[in-house]
Parts: sequence; structure tokens; C-alpha cells
Amino acid sequence: MTPIEEPAFVEPFVTLVLLLLLVAIAIGTVRVRGLFAVVVMLGAYSFLMATLFVVLDAVDVAMTEASVGAGVSTVLFLGALYLTDTKEATGKARRLAPLFVSMVTAGALLWGLSDLPEFGSPAQPIHTRGADYLARSLPDTGIPNVVTSVLASYRGFDTLGETAVVFTAAIGVLVLFRRRGGRGKA
Amino acid sequence: MRRDVVLRIASKFILAPLLLFALYVQFHGDYGPGGGFQAGVIAAASVILHALIKGLGPTQRIVPPALLEILIPAGVLLYGSIGVAGMLTGGNFLDYSHLAHDPVHGQEWGVFLVEAGVFLTVASSMVAVFYAFAGRRRS
Repeated sequence: MTPIEEPAFVEPFVTLVLLLLLVAIAIGTVRVRGLFAVVVMLGAYSFLMATLFVVLDAVDVAMTEASVGAGVSTVLFLGALYLTDTKEATGKARRLAPLFVSMVTAGALLWGLSDLPEFGSPAQPIHTRGADYLARSLPDTGIPNVVTSVLASYRGFDTLGETAVVFTAAIGVLVLFRRRGGRGKA
Repeated sequence: MRRDVVLRIASKFILAPLLLFALYVQFHGDYGPGGGFQAGVIAAASVILHALIKGLGPTQRIVPPALLEILIPAGVLLYGSIGVAGMLTGGNFLDYSHLAHDPVHGQEWGVFLVEAGVFLTVASSMVAVFYAFAGRRRS
């Protein structure tokens, strides 16, 4: 993809720095009690994720992450903060059960990790089996961006479902707010 | 916010290019990154920015909530009807090959219209959810 040849250590280095920053922000999000700061950190988290997606050459996903995660949901979080409170409630801590759940989940994920094919290996099942969209997209649909042709044409039914999910979510929020909102105007 | 000159002037410069960028992402999705979903979110972001700067009232005069409640289902309906149009022209559901005189053109038309449907639903949903949050009084 990259026209200029770059040294081999650049991409792992950038990825490592981004991942470390992600971990730092995740820890900060858990530790900080002021919810305004948490919202800002979640926005920064989304931007880092978007940058990571760019490093992985998943530009479409990066665009979605930046616009939805860092843009619109930050505004929605701030709106929710305005309606509730900007301080996290400090309840009686029962830390054993959550710790157990997260340990088990992390263990299961790490265990599952060992079954994944090596990162970037051409022998992955996704490259050896199934439809060859990369070769077929341009002659079939005249669309050079394979992501678009897969989303809208080859897997059009899935995208119809996705659109229906967005539709359902919006209708759900509107109905909830209208019933409880009292002003009658959502 | 009304007297905050910097924000008001800066948003004035940003709003039009933001909407234009949404259209670029929408129509250039065939060749570069982007598509209906991303373009819809960016367009919604420009409406939300307008509401943040000018207040909810002026924005709702431009984009009324009633219009959003039409556009949210309209996008899904557009998407679904393209699928049905594929059936009526002699293919399977969501098969665009017969929509135009040759299959490649049909595919391009199908993808274009389907992305337009996604754009409508996503943009209006985002704005509607924002209106729902912003329009509530603090209890």
C-alpha cells in the first residue's frame, strides 16, 4: 500500500506506542472519578484506536471510529452528563466478583489468542478460501474500493440489517425519551 | 455561548466545508475510504455543531424533528425498495445487476442508491438522538 519504502521497525514501533497509550488511557478512565475527564479520555481513546486502524490499513474503519467514537458519542456523553451528574458515585466496593469475572474473561481471550493464525500471514483461511472479492470487484461492479463493493453489493443483505439496527436504535431512544421526557417534543 | 465570538466565527468557517466533506465522503466512497455510514455521521456532526453554537431552537427550525422522523424510516425503505427493485427486474433480492442496461452499470446504480439510504438513516438517527438528549430538561 505504501508508495515509499519505510524501515521495517517503524510500523511495530508506532503500533507499540499507540497500544501503550491505549493502556494508559484505559487505566486513567477506570481510576478518574470526574466524569468530564473520563469523557475526554474516551474521545482520546477513540482517536488512538482510529490511528491504530490507519496503521493497520483499515481506513474505512478508522474513519467510522473517529467520527462516531470521538465525535458524536462524546457529544452524547456530555449531554448525558448534563442530565445526570459529573461525579462518579463511590459505592461500597465489592471488588472480588468483578475481579474474578475480568480474570476469567482475560484468561479465555488469551487462551483463544493461541488459536488465531499468525498476524498478517498469507496462509490465513480468509485468504485461501471463499470468494475472491479483490479480483472480482472491479469487473463485477466497476467499484475500485473493495470495502464499498463488499458492503453494499456482495454483502448488501448484511448492510440492510445494519441500517435496520440503526433505525431500531434511533426509534428506541426516541420512544424512551418521549415517554419519560414529559415535554412531548423529542 | 451566544457571545463567544471565537466559537461563533470559527464554526461559521467550519460548517460549510464540513457538510461538503460529508458529501465528498458519500460520493467518493466508491474510490476511497468512506460511504453512507461515515458520511451520515459527518453530516450529523455538522448539524450538532450548529446546535451547540446557536442553540437547539434555531437548528430545529432548519432541521425540524418531524423531518427526521420521516427520514429515519425513509432510508431503510429506500434500501429495501432497491432490493425489491432487483427482484422485479428479474434478479434476486438486492441483486443490482439488472437495474441498468448492463450489469456493471446496474451495480453502480444499486450501490449508489443503497448508500444514499444508509446516509439518510444514519444522519437523521444521529441528529434525532442528539435532539432527544439536548431537548430534555434536567430533572
